[in-house]
Order: sequence, then structure tokens, then C-alpha cells
Amino acid sequence: MSDLTKIPPHIEQELSRRNFLSCAGMLAVSFSSIAPPAFAQGSAGPYPDPNFRQLDSWIVIHQDNTATFHVGKTDCGQGTGTAFRQMMCDELDIAYDKTNLIMGSTDTTVDQGGSGGSDAIQVDGWPMRRVAAEARRVLLEMGSQKLGVPVGQLTVADAVVSVKAEPSKKVTYGELIGGRRFNVALTGGDVNATTGTAKVKPVQELKLVGKSPQRYDIPPKVDGSLKWAVDMKAPGMVHARNVKPPVAGAKLVSIDESSVRNLPGFVKVVSKGNYVAVVCEREEQAIAASRQLKVNWQKPDTAPFPASEDLFRYMRAATPTSSGRPVTLGDCAAALAGAARVLEADYEIPFQGHTALAPAHAMADPSNGQMTIYSNDMKSYGMRDGIAKFLGMPRDRVRVVWMEGPQGFGRTAADDAGFEAAWLAKELNRPVRVQWMRHEETAWDTKGPAFACKLRGGLDAQGNLIAFEYESQACDHNHVGYNEAETVLISQLMGTRKSPPNRGGGAVPDDSYAIPNRRMVSHVVGLPLIWETPLRTGNLRDPNGPQVTFASESFIDEMAAAAKADPVAFRMKLLTSGTGDDSGFKRARAIACVKAAAEAYGWDARPAPKRVGSGEILTGRGIAYSFRSQTVVAEIAEVEVNRRAGHVWVRRLVCAHDCGLVINPEGLRRTTECGMLHSLSRALKEEVTFDTEKVTSVDWTSHPTLTHLDSPARIDVVLVNGDPNPNRPDLPHYGGGETICKPMLAAVGNAIFDATGVRLRRVPFRDARVLSALKAAGV
Amino acid sequence: MTLKVNGNTHTVDVDPATPLLYILRNDLGLQGPRFGCGSGQCGACTVIVKGNAVRSCITPASAIRDEVTTLEGLAVGGKLHPVQQAWIDEQVPQCGFCQNGQIMTAKVLLDKNPNPTDEQIRTGMANTLCRCMTYYRIQAAIKRAAKARA
Repeated sequence: MSDLTKIPPHIEQELSRRNFLSCAGMLAVSFSSIAPPAFAQGSAGPYPDPNFRQLDSWIVIHQDNTATFHVGKTDCGQGTGTAFRQMMCDELDIAYDKTNLIMGSTDTTVDQGGSGGSDAIQVDGWPMRRVAAEARRVLLEMGSQKLGVPVGQLTVADAVVSVKAEPSKKVTYGELIGGRRFNVALTGGDVNATTGTAKVKPVQELKLVGKSPQRYDIPPKVDGSLKWAVDMKAPGMVHARNVKPPVAGAKLVSIDESSVRNLPGFVKVVSKGNYVAVVCEREEQAIAASRQLKVNWQKPDTAPFPASEDLFRYMRAATPTSSGRPVTLGDCAAALAGAARVLEADYEIPFQGHTALAPAHAMADPSNGQMTIYSNDMKSYGMRDGIAKFLGMPRDRVRVVWMEGPQGFGRTAADDAGFEAAWLAKELNRPVRVQWMRHEETAWDTKGPAFACKLRGGLDAQGNLIAFEYESQACDHNHVGYNEAETVLISQLMGTRKSPPNRGGGAVPDDSYAIPNRRMVSHVVGLPLIWETPLRTGNLRDPNGPQVTFASESFIDEMAAAAKADPVAFRMKLLTSGTGDDSGFKRARAIACVKAAAEAYGWDARPAPKRVGSGEILTGRGIAYSFRSQTVVAEIAEVEVNRRAGHVWVRRLVCAHDCGLVINPEGLRRTTECGMLHSLSRALKEEVTFDTEKVTSVDWTSHPTLTHLDSPARIDVVLVNGDPNPNRPDLPHYGGGETICKPMLAAVGNAIFDATGVRLRRVPFRDARVLSALKAAGV
Repeated sequence: MTLKVNGNTHTVDVDPATPLLYILRNDLGLQGPRFGCGSGQCGACTVIVKGNAVRSCITPASAIRDEVTTLEGLAVGGKLHPVQQAWIDEQVPQCGFCQNGQIMTAKVLLDKNPNPTDEQIRTGMANTLCRCMTYYRIQAAIKRAAKARA
């Protein structure tokens, strides 16, 4: 099958359904003609890429006047699928409930890269809009021929083309092309530039965009009917579990297979290099066997890493593996030397895990000499390429079928289980399902890099911030996260890794403050063990943003306090004293967001800290702001600090969010609420701990997360459009998600300072840390 | 051994020590209860037995004497349970992976206490984890369901 349109999707769905029912027996799956298919399993391969320069690869119109959209993205739980449908429905002029959308499966959807970087709406939304507009243009031309009336005299609504002057003369999209191919070539140098000759509609003509249809994926998630990647089964499938080295960097000496050979359901122990897996007929058997297997490991001669309590000392003393080019403005050293007041502070953010609610998992089926991987990998296309290379198979014989999974915040950008399932399926020549265990996932998933930041700031005699210096070490050497065949964990353990390792990356603050003298530089440092380590870093939901913004926006608050200025007024002065702006009006929109957040909160201007009260519960509020790409947010946290227990409860949150044109306001509100709470969890709870051999935070007790008890009593989300001309017809839609995660750590720290007068410069703000800081300060 | 699940009786040939979760998922083909931790910490595997929320990942099948209800068994005659409907009305899930545990735990909470206070909701749901952090909307949905059932 050269592309998806040779078999009409509804027939393919039916084939898939039959296929599945015949192999899974008792499961009843039903598809209505427009319900999103849970998976596609129609063809036996090979699986060449759908051609993004063909309209048929994107849009299929069915005879019943419904449409299926095919897009190369994945929805990690933010409702982007619903938003894509809204945008494409608007451009095509078809009702939302007459469409469905298929995402992220390498043989049926064009390669738009899967998910990452919060770019779904910002980048990928454009080609989607343009191809839908092109389909509408082509259908209007077809309607013109059919009805014998020039296009200019036609109108289209809800997939029906009619003559303006004579509405009874009409023809549906389904009648015009249903079940047949468009055969319309598109142009564009790459998938992001894909276009036909039609123009997209001006914003003012979009009807669904800006409204909030309910997410189509929620009902099947609520009634239990959705088939997730964890649910995939195949005839003859076996279950595998990994056996990881007990000490990072340990070498496999021997395996005593007799320790598990007689267990029920035992199939095989498979190993290569330091990678070990046990395969059994049933899942619980594989779990039992993986626990019982005796493996002789040799510990490494030197410690793989310092213990977590020594991490920041180690990082500060380490020679950088790479350094970013300093960002400079004016003469920071001279300004600091001449400042009326200079402040200096160190901020520390430990490694924090992705810790998805369910561990890594995938099922791989080697039938027909192909390899199909059923996976929740957010970057399914990269995974397909990586697995093809890893297995030495032609690329078009490997496909990844994307299915829903637990949100991993970037974890599945390094999708270990998919590679493992595929390798084991090839070794055993039968379908293999792999799932990691909880302790394995929490210990060995990818980590957000730890940061040590040093800041210096200078105030003039009038309390103006005239100098800002930032220098950080990010423990990010050998950052993984793009499903490279050489960097996924199984490849590292097998020793088939590439050299040299990825450089990793540091970061400097993102703000629009007019500070006349700046020097900002970031360094990357590495741990002694670079490969085969549970402290490998990956993309954790804005990979560096929360760390850097914790340091910078906390320090801005310190400067405001030193200047005895209100934290909002201090920031507004820094934002409004500049006059320049970028093409996305980030400075203007930053002003609008900070203002909107303060107004929504009911912020009364005064310096922090407020006078510390005498009761057991101290309250305070803090603000922080940042941007990512073109999206700007300002967030305010209101805290209660229990001075006897050291416990912090954030009882209220406000976010003013500006991502330009909003596609689905209710969807964005929920994403914003949840994104803030994810960062709140990083502010209050999360830290990877380790001794000099292994990670010791391995479950929900040792690596705690936010719970229902921590949920704020009130959250306000204000969707700001601070564009100087918000009514322009080409108003861009920027990315919504990751920016939300940046300011929260600082907002909470600033609120704790406001409540207690104590500045916390290290997250997480767990009870013991807060209590000890309060006691040290005599609060 | 024999198990009654969602109104149907099933006979399965497995080691009775097998955690209920794997039988529900792999022998009976149910998709509501899911593996999250295998140690009863997160709640993704929750089912209802005798009106109680039970973590099927740490419950041996041999310990089950009564009918098991899973997420698939909450709807009656094709009509969603008020808790499920509230989840849709409130648009609770992000990824949705944990929501089996959230919905099942909330259902039991409301069965035992039809009008819970905010504090009782927080406490009652405290050990059911969501990594997308949909807690705020879950709590709103529980209040919505309580009103709908009143």
C-alpha cells in the first residue's frame, strides 16, 4: 500500500476491527463511521511514508458527507486533537461532529514530527489549516462544474455547496468526491510549509475556533471503551520484564537461568551486553521471574555519581563540558561596581523525574516480516526511524501505531520500552509486550536536569535595577530525548551507543525587562558516569524553563524587596521603561499579562514581606512571569505556611496567559490549571535522590507528587490577548502548554517570602526544609 | 477459579495468587483498571467490591468472594453513571490514564457520603494520584455529581 488512500479509511477501520476481534476474542470494540478509531491495523506492510505533498494524505471525504483528517501529531492529554479538528473544520467548512481525526501513526499520517516543544498549534496548525482550505477550494471548483455555476456564485456551509441565488441547487462534499481521491498535489519545501493555492480564512471568519467543543477523546476515557497502548494484544503474544543493573554502571558477569527455568510460563531469558529481560507467557509470570532471576553483576570501580546531598557542591566545582555564549548588554561588571546596593544569591534545583503515572510500555508485532510497534510515543516518527536503525531493518518495514498513554511530560521522547519490545519481538519472532515496573520507571526514567544558578544584581540609589548577572551550571551532559538508535537505554546497556555524547544545554532567563547592564551565561556539566545511568537527562516539560525561571524570578523579587518596591510595580517598571519590542509584541503582551494577573488576583501594592503575623498560619502572595517562544504568562500564588509544621499549602492560583489566537478556551484553561499544578508539584514535592550507587527515590513514597490534599481551593485563568491589534485577520496562534510551567516555582517561593520573610532558594519546599529555614530565621 | 465481574460470571484457569488486575485485563479483556505502580500507591487499578474501592494490583484473585465492578460496569442500560457524566461535563481528564481510579474512588466516596465537604473530598481522594494534576477539576466534578444525584 503506497499510501493510506488506496483503502478508504472506513473500510480499513472495518478490516482493523475484524482483525482485532478475531485475535482478541472477547473484546467488543465498536466504531461509528465518525468515531475516532482506537488504532489502525489494516495492512500487512511495507509502510512507506504518506506523501505530505498530496491532499489525499491529509483529508478524506466519505460518501456519507463526513471527513477524516490525518495529522502527524500526537495528543499528550491537552486536547490538541480537538483543536486541530476545530481549525480544519473551519477551513473546510464542515460541522465538527461530521469529522474525525487520526494522529501520529507512521503509515497513515504524514510526518509532522509527533509532539514536542508546545508547537502543535503554533507550527503544525498552519499546514493543517492550509490543506483544509485547499480541499475547500477544490470542492468548490468541483461544485462549480457539477452545478454549472461559476465559483463566485457559490457558497458553502456544513459541507454543502449551493448556489447563492438559488439555494435549492446544491451538492454535498460527499456527492462530489466521497470515497474517491482528490489527486491534488500540494507544494512546500517541508511539511511545515505544505500549502495548496487557497488562502486560509481571516480570523474573523473562523466559527469553531475560539469556541470550546468538548474533547472527543474524553467520553471513551471515562466509560472505559478506549483502547490504550497498554491494552494492545496479539495472537501468540508474550510478556517481558527487564532486569536492571542494581548499581549504575555495573557490568553483567553471568545469568543463572536455572533460577527461573522451572517457573510457570517461563519462555526465555534474553540478554545482550548489560541488557537483561525475562520473557514469560503471562504478565504476572514475567514479573515474578524478573524478581527471581539471579544475575551476577560486577560493580564499577568508581562511583557513578556523587550522592544527591553532594550534588550541587559537585556541580559548582565541575569543569563545564560546554558553555553557552554569554548574553551581554552594557557593562555589567562596571555597573555592579558602581551600584548603590549589590545582592548575590545562589539557587538550586535538583534532578526531577518525569515519573509518568504508568511506566514505559509497548507491544511489538513482527508478523509478516515487518515490525509494528503499538506505543504511546509522543514522537512516533522518530521512534520508527530509531527502531529501524536499531534493528537494521528497512525504514518502510517498521511502523509505529500511536495510541493513548499516560502523560509523560517528554518521557516518551526517549521511548525505551518501544525499542525493547521491538528488539525482543525480533529475537523471539513473536509479539512481545514490555512494561517497566514502578521502581524501575521512577529510578531509570529520564530526568529534568539539575541547575545551580548564581545571580548578582545592582540597584542604583533610587532603587532602579541597573545590573543583572546570571551564571548557571546545568547537569545535562548527554541529554537524550529524540529516540536516537544509539541513545535509548537498551542501546546504552548493549554498548551499541554513539560517541561522543550529546552536549546537552543550559539556559538563561527569558524576560522582557529593560535592564541596562546584563551578563547571562550558562554552562553544562556532567556526572562521572555518562552512559548506562539512571541520571540521564531528557526533555521534562520545558526542559530548562522552570529551573531558570525559579532562579531569575525569585531574584527579581529579592531585588524588589531590597528596593522596598511592590513586586508587581517593580516588574511593571522594568517592562514599561523599555520601548523596543519584537515582532510578536512580547513586551507589550508581558505588560498586559502582569497587569491582568494582578487585577484578577486583586493585588494591593506593597513591598514584600508583609508584616509577619503571630498565628500558626502565615499567608502571602507572590508573582512571577516569563515567556517561551511567543507565549507569555504571569502567575500569582497565594500561600498558607504552617510555621509549626513547615507545611506550605497554595490555596489560590492565578494565571494570565497569552498565546495569541486561542483555539479552544476551555481546553486551554484546563491545560493551564494542570500545567501550573505540575510545576507546583515540582515546587513543593519532587526531587530525585540517590546514593553513590543508585537512585533511591523509586516510588510514590520516596518520590512524592502533588495529591488531592495539595490542590488549591481556587484557580483563576485569564486568557489575555495583549496584541496591540488583537483584531487583525492574521492573528497568530502560539503554543499553549509549556510556558505555563515556567514561573510557578518562583511564584510560590516569592509567596513564602511574602508570608514569612524567609527566602527559600532551593526546591522542593518540603515541610522539613521550610521548617528548618523558618527556625533558622527565628520565624 | 470463578469470578463474577460486571454481572457476568467467568471461569479462568490461573494461579489463585495472581493479582486480580492481570486477570481482569489479560483474561477478561477489561481496560478500565490499569497498572500504575503494582503496590497500591496510586489507584489506577481500582475496582469496586462490596461497595469498597479495592486496589486490584495488590489483591490476589483468591481473596475475591464477591462481585467485582470495573469502570466498564458503572453505566446502567447505556446511561453513564452520574460521576462519569460529571467527568465529561467538567471536562476533567488530560491524558486520562488515572481517571479509572479517580472515578471509581469518587463513586465509592459519594455512595458512602452523598454530600461530602471540600475537606472530605480531599481526604477521601488523597491517595488516588494524577500526574496530569487534574485534581482541581476532579474535585469540582465530584461536587457536580453530588448535586446531580441529590
